[in-house]
Amino acid sequence: MNFKINVAACGLSVFMAFLIPVSAHAELNVFACEPEWASLTHELAGDKVNVYTATGALQDPHHVEARPSLIAKARRANLLVCTGAELEIGWLPVVLRESGNTTIQPGGDGYFEAASTVRMLEVPTRLDRADGDVHAQGNPHIQTDPRNFLLVAKVLSKRLELLDPSNTAFYEQRFVEFDQHWRAAIAKWELQAAPLKGVSIVVQHKGFPYLNDWLGLKEVTTLEPKPGMEPSASHLAEVLETLQKHPARMVLRAAYQSARPSEWIAQRAHISAVELPFTVGGSDGAKDLYSLFDDSVARLLAGLK
Amino acid sequence: MFKKYTRTAFSVLLCHSAFAYAAGGVNNATAFNPALSLILSGTYGNLQQDPSIPATGFAMNPNSGHDQGFNLGESELGIAADIDPEYRGVATFSLSPAGGVSVENAFVQSTALGNGLNLEFGRFFSALGYLNNQHAHTWDFVDQPLVYSTFWNNQLGEDGMQLKWLAPTDMFIELGAETGKGRGFPGSDTPQNGSGANVLFAHFGDDIGIEQSWRVGLSLHQAKRLKAISTAVPDLLNSVGGVSDSFTGLSKTTGLDFVWKYSPNGNIQDRYLKLQGEYFERNENGLLTYNTAATGVTDRYSVVQSGWYIQSVYQFMPHWRTGLRYDRLDPGTAKIGARNASNLIANYEFNPQRSTWMLDYSASEFSHFRFQFAQDDSRKGLSGKQFFVQYIMAMGAHGAHSY
Repeated sequence: MNFKINVAACGLSVFMAFLIPVSAHAELNVFACEPEWASLTHELAGDKVNVYTATGALQDPHHVEARPSLIAKARRANLLVCTGAELEIGWLPVVLRESGNTTIQPGGDGYFEAASTVRMLEVPTRLDRADGDVHAQGNPHIQTDPRNFLLVAKVLSKRLELLDPSNTAFYEQRFVEFDQHWRAAIAKWELQAAPLKGVSIVVQHKGFPYLNDWLGLKEVTTLEPKPGMEPSASHLAEVLETLQKHPARMVLRAAYQSARPSEWIAQRAHISAVELPFTVGGSDGAKDLYSLFDDSVARLLAGLK
Repeated sequence: MFKKYTRTAFSVLLCHSAFAYAAGGVNNATAFNPALSLILSGTYGNLQQDPSIPATGFAMNPNSGHDQGFNLGESELGIAADIDPEYRGVATFSLSPAGGVSVENAFVQSTALGNGLNLEFGRFFSALGYLNNQHAHTWDFVDQPLVYSTFWNNQLGEDGMQLKWLAPTDMFIELGAETGKGRGFPGSDTPQNGSGANVLFAHFGDDIGIEQSWRVGLSLHQAKRLKAISTAVPDLLNSVGGVSDSFTGLSKTTGLDFVWKYSPNGNIQDRYLKLQGEYFERNENGLLTYNTAATGVTDRYSVVQSGWYIQSVYQFMPHWRTGLRYDRLDPGTAKIGARNASNLIANYEFNPQRSTWMLDYSASEFSHFRFQFAQDDSRKGLSGKQFFVQYIMAMGAHGAHSY
């Protein structure tokens, strides 16, 4: 009997030795819920981190499954960087529970929500599912305003220092550099985007309040009858009617959304349909945070023509 | 005033179980309330054959059949919250349309073990197979596959504990064990020292690129069956209405399951395809007492039953899905002790099977309407068509769904 147990224990430990990878140096494993936070973490931490990105730019970030791969990646994460504000409410709670990883649970040092560092827009005054997919804490699509990255980066950088104190000087330097470069980039984009100020737009999903707030775009109406609901034919007809009274220059949609409703409206209202990358990877041009906004501004300006 | 409070309460409930916001700005007494959800459901069923007749060869198994005509389904009340920094509690109450409340789930989960460990104790759905621990409102069809309705009485619920461990690997590797009372079939829910049923399971899964994901599972289940009574069992003497038999012995089940999902660009909101299948084989070995109402003849009895299904669900456009399922059971050939050889049917020479098609529409992730049509050949000589309309509506906090 003892022999049997020994053999079993031996077999198990050999099995475990195969399973547990030996990591050469103590890099932080970061689980980024969305591509923009993966990119920002790269900007701030360089090669001091291994970043896993849980969702892609062509996925609807509201609808993601708690896939086995996500749970496995969360198991080994030292830091979770997510939007928060309930954007990930449909899958992240399951991933966190199943991960059996106490360091990245809400409230812990390894849990970081970008939305908690910025001023939220469109915070609903009433909460009712009859209003569709509304988020109690406000619109979670904060990544369309580059100014928000300054706020997020500041807090995220401090968090990296807290989790990996031996590299504090490195993180501080990276943050100062990012902050400088990013402010310069914002100034450049604002200059380029000056003709967009006061321009009327239609949006497919309520995904751009932060962009509107930044560039002074005026949102006339929305193609989705309620947030998260597919645009119906009858609602699109109403939108068309609204556009006759209050004309707009273009209709915006995120890369992950179906092109059909935007194209339908664009054709009939004789306006441009603009597909924005929405996050890193959402277009061929949007390869990192800087090119994400280069490409977005260029696409908006092209929409004016 | 009341309305305002309920809304505040709901807003808190919505985020509470998922995220404990420090800066939520809500600091009233309701902030600590658990997340509440209520599922409303109902069906209309049109069945050519009497649903109370069990599948041929499975009269000693449960028959968790269907309801004819208009039927209010069980309303399911769910409550979940963190208890303290170490534990989380989950309870699901099933409100029967006939009145009465039953406790479907009532378990406590550890949240502080770490190291990939998760401990659960109380009443829970076993993690065996793929479908077993999924709640009825997340099923892709109106009913469970035949192998689940006959082998597990739809879902195996257990009173006991579960420990699982997630390996710290890139690939998803989860190993787990459960021990419990043997509350759900094939356990016989008998009070006794020790355990009445045990489960071992292993799950493996990963992504293939951004468009595909999969999970494969292996399960072993073992239950002691003590004086398990089956009624209306047909016999070789053609007793009218069948007889009651009693079985005491060991039930061992092996299960294999897989699921594969594909979605263009990984965007499940738009379109996706899901393919899944499960196979179970059960070996029962013990003593069977024939016709307990009469003298009762006891002798050895053993049988190997098996069953499987394969199904696919396709979301062809946002909000619309269609699915196909094929079910098949094998009642096996029983080995019967000499004293009962002329009483019990050893071989039914029939494999129950069923083909099902469904179409469903979800206006949002909280409301679903489903149509289902089945060609049911689960009863020898009683082939029949089944048609269902179903609605499932979810109110309140809606927890994230598992894979």
